[in-house]
Amino acid sequence: MVMEIVCPAGTPAALRAAVKAGAHTVYCGFNDETNARNFPGLNFDRAEMRAGVDFAHAHGSKVLVAINTFPRAGDEAIWHRAVSAAEASGADAVILADLGLLDYAARNHPGLRRHLSVQAAAANADVINFYADTFGVKRVVLPRVLSVPEIAAINCETKVETEVFVFGGLCVMAEGRCSLSSYATGLSPNMNGVCSPASHVEYNEQQGVLDARLGGYLIHRVEKGQPAPYPTLCKGCFSAGDKTGHLFEDPVSLNAEKLIPQLQKAGVTALKIEGRQRSKSYVAQVVRNFRTAVDALEAGQPMPEGMLARLSEGQAMTTGAYKKTWR
Amino acid sequence: MPYPQNQIPLCPAPLAAALRVIPLAPLSLSLTVFSRKIARNNPGLINRLGEFDTTDFVLDPTDLPIVLCLNPNGGLPKVKLTRRRQAKGSTRISGPLAALLGLVHGAFDGDALFFSRDLVVEGDTSAALALRNAVDDAELNLALEAASLSGPFARPIQQLIALAERQTGLCLTRPEDAALW
Amino acid sequence: MELTVGPNQFFWPADTWSGFYNDLAGSPVDRVVIGELVCSKRLPFYQERIPEAISKLVEAGIDVALTSLALVTLKRERKLTSELAEMGIAIEINDLTALAHLPEGTGFSVGPLVNVYNEGTLRWLASRGARRVCLPPELPIKSVESLVKAAADLGVAIEVWGHGRLPLAISGRCYHARLHGRTKDNCQFACEDDPDGLDVRTEDGRPFMAMNGVQTLSDSYACTDHQIELLRSVGVSALRLSPQSQGFMQLCSMYRQRLDRNLNRGELSKDVLSTNPGIRLSDGFLLGACGADWSGA
Repeated sequence: MVMEIVCPAGTPAALRAAVKAGAHTVYCGFNDETNARNFPGLNFDRAEMRAGVDFAHAHGSKVLVAINTFPRAGDEAIWHRAVSAAEASGADAVILADLGLLDYAARNHPGLRRHLSVQAAAANADVINFYADTFGVKRVVLPRVLSVPEIAAINCETKVETEVFVFGGLCVMAEGRCSLSSYATGLSPNMNGVCSPASHVEYNEQQGVLDARLGGYLIHRVEKGQPAPYPTLCKGCFSAGDKTGHLFEDPVSLNAEKLIPQLQKAGVTALKIEGRQRSKSYVAQVVRNFRTAVDALEAGQPMPEGMLARLSEGQAMTTGAYKKTWR
Repeated sequence: MPYPQNQIPLCPAPLAAALRVIPLAPLSLSLTVFSRKIARNNPGLINRLGEFDTTDFVLDPTDLPIVLCLNPNGGLPKVKLTRRRQAKGSTRISGPLAALLGLVHGAFDGDALFFSRDLVVEGDTSAALALRNAVDDAELNLALEAASLSGPFARPIQQLIALAERQTGLCLTRPEDAALW
Repeated sequence: MELTVGPNQFFWPADTWSGFYNDLAGSPVDRVVIGELVCSKRLPFYQERIPEAISKLVEAGIDVALTSLALVTLKRERKLTSELAEMGIAIEINDLTALAHLPEGTGFSVGPLVNVYNEGTLRWLASRGARRVCLPPELPIKSVESLVKAAADLGVAIEVWGHGRLPLAISGRCYHARLHGRTKDNCQFACEDDPDGLDVRTEDGRPFMAMNGVQTLSDSYACTDHQIELLRSVGVSALRLSPQSQGFMQLCSMYRQRLDRNLNRGELSKDVLSTNPGIRLSDGFLLGACGADWSGA
């Protein structure tokens, strides 16, 4: 089976671009706090979602709807309505993280396929099987803390399909279990669907030195002509002891295209591209690359060389946790 | 598709020189009319701006002696060209004209331009992000929109678009229309 | 309101560890969660001392629960987690993996690293046997209030992060090892040098976070001195105090006095700041604009 390419779409235009560029599957979210990319100007209203699903289906692609924040106490109905709307739009599955919402969807929308979001950080076969047995989860998006051999071991012990991130932004922390952003800004991925939100970013350029602050904390200071990464907390430059540097993670982005053959051997079903906040031109380019790669792999041809470096953050790439030395 | 860094053409001196002397008020008026037409034809654009649909944006083509002040004004946009670099706004996006136009036309990825510092955002980053995302979704075709303009404001805009195409080397009809099909 | 002492988040020498729990047996707290939360590699250094510490605490009339690890990935960690259920002692789950191994119907508590953000999740956990839930520290007071109401109907006690550096993130990567240029597998236990975590500052010198192996904590010590009346009025049943290497027994006594109305609002935090002049306090997650805010400033 050819590996499934799962592509981000932050806008209807990006969805169409991804489908036309060869995405087997597109994932997107509603334009509210129910999804983990709740950024200004992004995402789909109900009508756009229906039209997007129709467009994708007409071209033989699938659509997954991410409802992967943790519902706010007292306001769960907003998230419940999102699940209903996803089903009504004809989406092929919902991507959920919250236990209560999984339970709700399993009881009230049994016919709607359920995927476990990376935000649930299910990092071993025991807990994955637990989600499958309890909530009928059919696929799990694996957290970005696992090495390729660990992914292979998981696939030996579970029937649940696995989806792994291969390209784009990289969370260095276990997803869904990080409150760095709300500590500095009051807004978090879990509650608000944003990390290091733009509303709390300040750039200040003086004499060619660019300071990027988040919630008042200095995250990056770069000289003229240096790449300027977005001030994501965990990729900032900090000091501890007598050392200064990127103590948590360098401003790199994930590129595991060279690992695709190994991921296939490890039993992975689907390859996920991060970036619902990126433009449609970016999405189309990345999708075309990965589609070419998996098609070549399926045909037994050599993998094409990587072309994607320049689209990345700070123009540096990592294979992340897939190689054990990352830890 | 072109990669951003090192390949963004700068506007040549003659165009910059011309913009230093021509009166800006009529051009501002033409651009206001043009932007209203675009807003009317692309209602999704204003919807996507959400809470930022009345924000003062300053678009600063760094290779030209003018800046463009844009307020979407809830769907009835106002555009004002000025030679003052200090033009006030909630958010300012600066970069070569080719980068700004390439962004509108989906030729470049905003994040990639920003990482390479071809684009610089100051002020309210959320507003800049909303504008970027809204424009990316709208799939604007400036040349086509300009061609369909009529009346006294049509000619200056059509000339401006043609000039911008020549000077930036960007094709202001949609690039992926050719590339994707 | 009761006082719960959370699991020690740091790596202390075994003797220090034993001494700490020995002292806790004489402290005015109601409940202690014990065991390794952060890194499975630390456990062998004090594992065999756990039973003795537990019996001392139990003899002193203190309830004891064993914590699960916060992030379970390796085979040995899965085994450890599955064995927890067989220890014959109450379990606090801090990763859902632990729940997968508990026989259905077994009662358990839920720690602050499990995402309990809403009534639906609370209800589902209660249906599986949850009796006590310590809420994630990032929850605002409005959520705490809603969850306490729902918990009352379900017979679940709600606990709130009361004092100590906030657990903000957990990772597959060890930052202490990275800082020392080592891999996680060859970390040489770099985290042992920092019994309260290693301060992380911004490039312009502002204290921000603290690293603790695979865990990232806040620089500030969360402190609920100014919110105790509020938390009591919404029906929170316990405050969680997180172990620190200095002055912890004194801190427990002060919180006891504060809960018993023998200390006025503001006195506790004033004392903490005067005895530890180098630290910063925060209580922003409950009421402030962001977690780092401090209402006593």
